[in-house]
Amino acid sequence: MSNEIEAIKDPGLPAHVHRKADHDPVAAKRAERQVAILFGISALGTLLLIFSYSFIPDDVFIFIPVMGEQNAHQLGLGLGMAISLFFIGMGAIHWAKTLMPDQEVIAHRHEFRSPDSDRKEFVQAVKDGAGAAGLGRRSLIKRSLGAALGLSALSPILLLRDLGPLPGNELEKTTWKAGTHLVTDPGNRRIKASDLEVGAVAQVLPEIEDPEHRHLSDIAKDAVLLIRLRPDEFNLDADRLAMTHEGIIAFSKICSHMGCAVALYEQQTKHLLCPCHQSTFDVTRAAKVIFGPAARPLPQLDITVDGEGYLVARNPFSEPVGPSFWERDSR
Amino acid sequence: MTAEARLGQVANYVDERTGAAAWMKKNLQKVFPDHWSFLLGEVALYSFIILLLSGTFLTFWFDPSQREVIYEGSYAPLEGIKMSAAYASTLHISFEVRGGLLMRQIHHWAALIFMAAIVAHLMRVFFTGAFRKPREGNWIIGVGLLTLGIVEGFLGYSLPDDLLSGTGIRIAEAIIQAIPVVGSYLAYFAFGGAFPGEAFIPRIYTVHVLLLPGAFLALITAHLMLVWYQKHTQYPGPGRTEKNVVGYPLMPVYMAKAGGFFFIVFGVIAFLSAVASINPIWLYGPYTPGQISAGSQPDWYMGWLDGLVRMAPPLESHYFGYTVSWNILIPGLIVPGILFTGMALYPFIESWITGDKREHHLLDRPRNAPNRTALGAMSITFMIVALINGGNDLIATHFDLSINQIMWGTRFGIFILPPIAFVVTKRLCLSLQRADRELVLHGRETGRLLRLPHGEFVEVHEPISPEKAYLLTSHEQAPALELPEVDGRGVKRAGAIRNKIRSRMSVAHSEAIPKVSADDLKEIEH
Repeated sequence: MSNEIEAIKDPGLPAHVHRKADHDPVAAKRAERQVAILFGISALGTLLLIFSYSFIPDDVFIFIPVMGEQNAHQLGLGLGMAISLFFIGMGAIHWAKTLMPDQEVIAHRHEFRSPDSDRKEFVQAVKDGAGAAGLGRRSLIKRSLGAALGLSALSPILLLRDLGPLPGNELEKTTWKAGTHLVTDPGNRRIKASDLEVGAVAQVLPEIEDPEHRHLSDIAKDAVLLIRLRPDEFNLDADRLAMTHEGIIAFSKICSHMGCAVALYEQQTKHLLCPCHQSTFDVTRAAKVIFGPAARPLPQLDITVDGEGYLVARNPFSEPVGPSFWERDSR
Repeated sequence: MTAEARLGQVANYVDERTGAAAWMKKNLQKVFPDHWSFLLGEVALYSFIILLLSGTFLTFWFDPSQREVIYEGSYAPLEGIKMSAAYASTLHISFEVRGGLLMRQIHHWAALIFMAAIVAHLMRVFFTGAFRKPREGNWIIGVGLLTLGIVEGFLGYSLPDDLLSGTGIRIAEAIIQAIPVVGSYLAYFAFGGAFPGEAFIPRIYTVHVLLLPGAFLALITAHLMLVWYQKHTQYPGPGRTEKNVVGYPLMPVYMAKAGGFFFIVFGVIAFLSAVASINPIWLYGPYTPGQISAGSQPDWYMGWLDGLVRMAPPLESHYFGYTVSWNILIPGLIVPGILFTGMALYPFIESWITGDKREHHLLDRPRNAPNRTALGAMSITFMIVALINGGNDLIATHFDLSINQIMWGTRFGIFILPPIAFVVTKRLCLSLQRADRELVLHGRETGRLLRLPHGEFVEVHEPISPEKAYLLTSHEQAPALELPEVDGRGVKRAGAIRNKIRSRMSVAHSEAIPKVSADDLKEIEH
């Protein structure tokens, strides 16, 4: 390597500089007092903690400059604990730095590699052991052992099978059926087209018999967003336009990217934005993706009104709602 | 009896029952080098202990159940609202258990600091070359700890089942569901049926408080035992060689310093938790899949992943009736997989490039390994661009920017900026080497100007100390590997392309400004 050129010599460890406390008993005594004071501050912190825990009610607020109104109970507990711990540390380190020896010592390092004779014997012992077991010769044992080990790994996988049911086609189904009423969320009231002004948005769910016990896993697929525009604002083909009712268009609220609730509606641009990853859907063009990572539009729900004028689904969703999965296109 | 004598008796008692005297004697005098950057790993270790303590406290009241309850606690805005028992018990800890909120905040702050300390420690180890032989194994354990830390942190902030964390779980479910062939099955197994179900939080609770902490304890133990056994690395300098360790003995100096430092870390975390609110779950409300809050953000160590997912192009393939979601798979699984595998294998990659199979205990100054330092800067730049995009909505609202522009900026930036960071860092390192060379050859600038008799002004330079001169020249400058591509008869050898790649990389790796030798100095004197 670069050894042919003479390198600059190592001058060795610099000379040790003594601290004042090393030779001056007064300085040493002072350092000792400082350490004791630090430990004393810690004790005061613990007292503050005990006081806050026992005597400050948790609804007292005090004003602290910069921080504003603070809960005195919480602040007292936290600061008490912080002071009590921090100053133990400060005391210990000040003690180490002023009074404990500060002369650096040198320890020697040895190469990890063993002497060659040991290595040789070690390698030989491994070889002998493997030979004695017949690892090289008895390939039948080796292979059957490998197969047995591999197979035995299946049992933990198998035993985990009952973690959950098979998905079947559940991911493709929602509660929406032809004729299901749209109800408000929250409130579970049926709605009429006239309840929604132009420009308004509402979250709806399918009407069910026992709305008090609606499962979250159903909401995770059923949530629908209603948006009302002026009918001339749409830019839809005839099929999609027929799925709207008097300017009211219904989309699955579950993002087609990763399933977040697509809850941000920009009234000016008529864009729906998912707050998770900013996929942006154009409401006037059947929730076409105009920005962000989502690859598919939000599924549109076909809606109409029943005899009394309440909004109902004319058809269930024609495609699975929510994020993609492998079998999504298969049925 | 004095304290020393009493402690002596204890030592005597222990040895008579264990015969540990020889081992203890050696290890109590074990030498540890001192440097602020060696504290980063310690911060991670202490944060972990704080996490165990504060986490245990929280388990006494936390109810890991998704059973539906109606809130009747003291936080008025949520009274009468339906929520999971997990969320209700987290509210109970925050509002009714005295010190509960403090402990929750300590647990969360300690987790953030744990991850930050791991990342900072990893950078220290990377940029100083501490991962080189014989410490490759410990590097891999470290990468494992980082990975587990990310998972553990995510599970932890998912437990309260608030609106924000439920959204995070929803995204995790979508990533599982996107795995080709088995995705929907795995998701149904993980969640015990359709998302969100009632099984997930109890399950991740067991993983969060038992399985992963157990794995952490085992890996941290192995990590520390290796540090102990292999002895700590040290920075180069006068008196420090590959064959020694210069520092302070474990007893008493290091015990006092390290023990004291534990209390300082704990104190600082307690202070943050006292004054800085974190994860105020009562503001988010209980989780329901139909709602969301704007500005949904994961914790910072997940932010880069979310940023990658956000910037992914809307790619989805449909083959023969099956769907492959590239927009989820690439940023969510493939890129992180490549990054973490590459990181774990880096010690082996570097030693393959340099052909260096020797032990290294003296650390590199980052400038003296320009290629490695540049690679590190490139990786950090990649992560920062991804992290920025992970917070693009907040950046857009706080700085009045267009979210679309930030997204497009990072989409291009993730490809353009890392290579720029590489080149700039490498040039900077070489410039710093040049500056070192100048310093050794011509001394330091004193700022004193002299006017020579003929009117010229010169600045007086003073020679630097021999210690400093040694520090600036003690590093090794290994030449590049020269690997033959053709054999003696001019015929291409097998593996020629591999050798060519290796040689090229080796040349790039060994690029350096020649360091000053004693001969150079002598020449100047004459």
